[in-house]
Amino acid sequence: MKHRKMTFLLPAACVFLVAAAFVAIASGSAGIPLRRVFTIIFEGKATPEYSILMDIRLPRIILGFAVGGALSLAGVILQGMFRNPLVEPYTLGISGGAALGASVCIILKLHNFLPMTALPVSGFLGACLVILPLYFLNMRRSVLHMQGILLTGVMTSFISSSLVVLILAISRTEELHSIVFWIMGSLEEPSWVLILIVAAVSVVCFFLSYSFAPSMNALSLGEEEAAHLGIDTERTKKQLFLMASLLTGISVSLTGIIGFVGLIVPHFVRIMAGYDHRRLLVLSFITGAGFLILCDTIARTVIAPIELPVGVITGILGGSVFIYVLSRRFMSGRSGGAL
Amino acid sequence: MIDIKGLTCGYGEKMVLRDIDLSVKKGQFFGIIGPNGSGKTTVLRAVTRLVKPVSGSVFLDGTDMKNLNFSEIAKKVAVVSQSMPLLAMTVREFVLLGRTPYYNKLQFFEKEEDMAIAVKVMEMTGILHLQGALMSEMSAGEVQLAFIARGLAQQPQILLLDEPTSHLDITHQAAVLDLVKRLNRHEKLTVMIILHDLNLASEYCDSLALMDNGKIKKAGVPEEVLDYRTIEEVYKTVVVVRQNPLSMKPFVMIVSEEVKKKCEKGS
Repeated sequence: MKHRKMTFLLPAACVFLVAAAFVAIASGSAGIPLRRVFTIIFEGKATPEYSILMDIRLPRIILGFAVGGALSLAGVILQGMFRNPLVEPYTLGISGGAALGASVCIILKLHNFLPMTALPVSGFLGACLVILPLYFLNMRRSVLHMQGILLTGVMTSFISSSLVVLILAISRTEELHSIVFWIMGSLEEPSWVLILIVAAVSVVCFFLSYSFAPSMNALSLGEEEAAHLGIDTERTKKQLFLMASLLTGISVSLTGIIGFVGLIVPHFVRIMAGYDHRRLLVLSFITGAGFLILCDTIARTVIAPIELPVGVITGILGGSVFIYVLSRRFMSGRSGGAL
Repeated sequence: MIDIKGLTCGYGEKMVLRDIDLSVKKGQFFGIIGPNGSGKTTVLRAVTRLVKPVSGSVFLDGTDMKNLNFSEIAKKVAVVSQSMPLLAMTVREFVLLGRTPYYNKLQFFEKEEDMAIAVKVMEMTGILHLQGALMSEMSAGEVQLAFIARGLAQQPQILLLDEPTSHLDITHQAAVLDLVKRLNRHEKLTVMIILHDLNLASEYCDSLALMDNGKIKKAGVPEEVLDYRTIEEVYKTVVVVRQNPLSMKPFVMIVSEEVKKKCEKGS
């Protein structure tokens, strides 16, 4: 099995991202053709069309870029660390914690006091509430136990989703509605400040993660082998775990639970590009960003004016593309691209 | 080169090694033998600092290893371990991972020098023609050679090997050990090797340490260590020791229960 060359893959991923962004900015119920999009933006007049583009569509694209990139990056990091292709950002219960935080916020009506920030902040606090015990429970004699983290994470995930169901059961209809909508996930976010924070964290983490690429390559041989190759495995594991948690936490707290991106994109890229994290990190970030922007565009246009939850599209589209690629691989008698 | 002084260590509460003293000199081909669970691999782990001493210390070239960080150790000590990753990674990529300790903080890609070293070590181990093959599609013998090549890419002074010949047929056993011997003689590489096969240990090692239950039972040249009384005591198996007619090294033969009973009747 030969993996494709980076000189092909990187431009291809960039073209995909840019194309997804163009399609996204030009589609929607207002029906502005792509030719006019640029003239409207460059004229910069406060027309209704200008504000549709700049205040409704552009923020979604930026958020899609940031969250799609962040989730895919977290997926690559976690799959590499755990050496387990089924691990994804939500396996560790971070999303469950965020959902719990958001549900509590909704039933306590905290967003009446802080309309813009209450939900994301409580989502983020919920995520932290899961991550910190997970981290410290599995730390013994300054050694981070990976299998322990995985098991505790899955269990925390169950506990928090049970608690969310409990909250759903005792809440009133309109609250029920907001909680369910929050959990289904959406890229709609009115606050520019929060969008830019997520975008900044996502891009900064991307560059930071790249400095771990050689260590992650060594870690893909196993912790003991990585130590033989001169990697301080404990420090690396801790830093990577915290980085993946931060990426997942901020994404989930702002957009709700958008599934499959962090699982499918890293897998797909791994099949195309091989094991090397120096490729995986870049390609996953760009592909994930483009993928989420594309899915969001489909979600809000396919049966407009009703907007589908974007998680439905990521699941259906991502899952079917993935199965297609995998089956072609099996049919041509090649071994799988999993770890 | 390696000096282990009064080393006691283990995993959690359980101590595997108790008060061990061992010294491997520069350029030596040093073998560690002993029954399963006697602590051979733990000695090796102590030398790579994966297991930290509870008491005593390990010195590398006169420096206490607790003062060295992982990448400093990796530039001096390379390990060929038993684990076999089944990764979709080419042999060249795998060997290049041996250059990891030499990467700078903000260096992501190998330099020309790293590539040249990788090619050189693949040539030395005879796997240059396989450089584009995937690790997961190679035979056990070739995988072992790739591990040695990766170790050599670290440009170490010491090569540690943990049972490199288990699972191999005699062709590959001899190929792997002859290669390590050449590296030891020509490149002045100090070798510390764990072997299960007493006869391979006898044939290839300058010096042996026989471990039993977390202690060193006997250390010295093969002729001293591979004495039938010592082996019978440690391994709890009846053996006959003769001399290999060509190399003059001791050769250990197992006596089966059936033969033992026949001999007892006969006498």
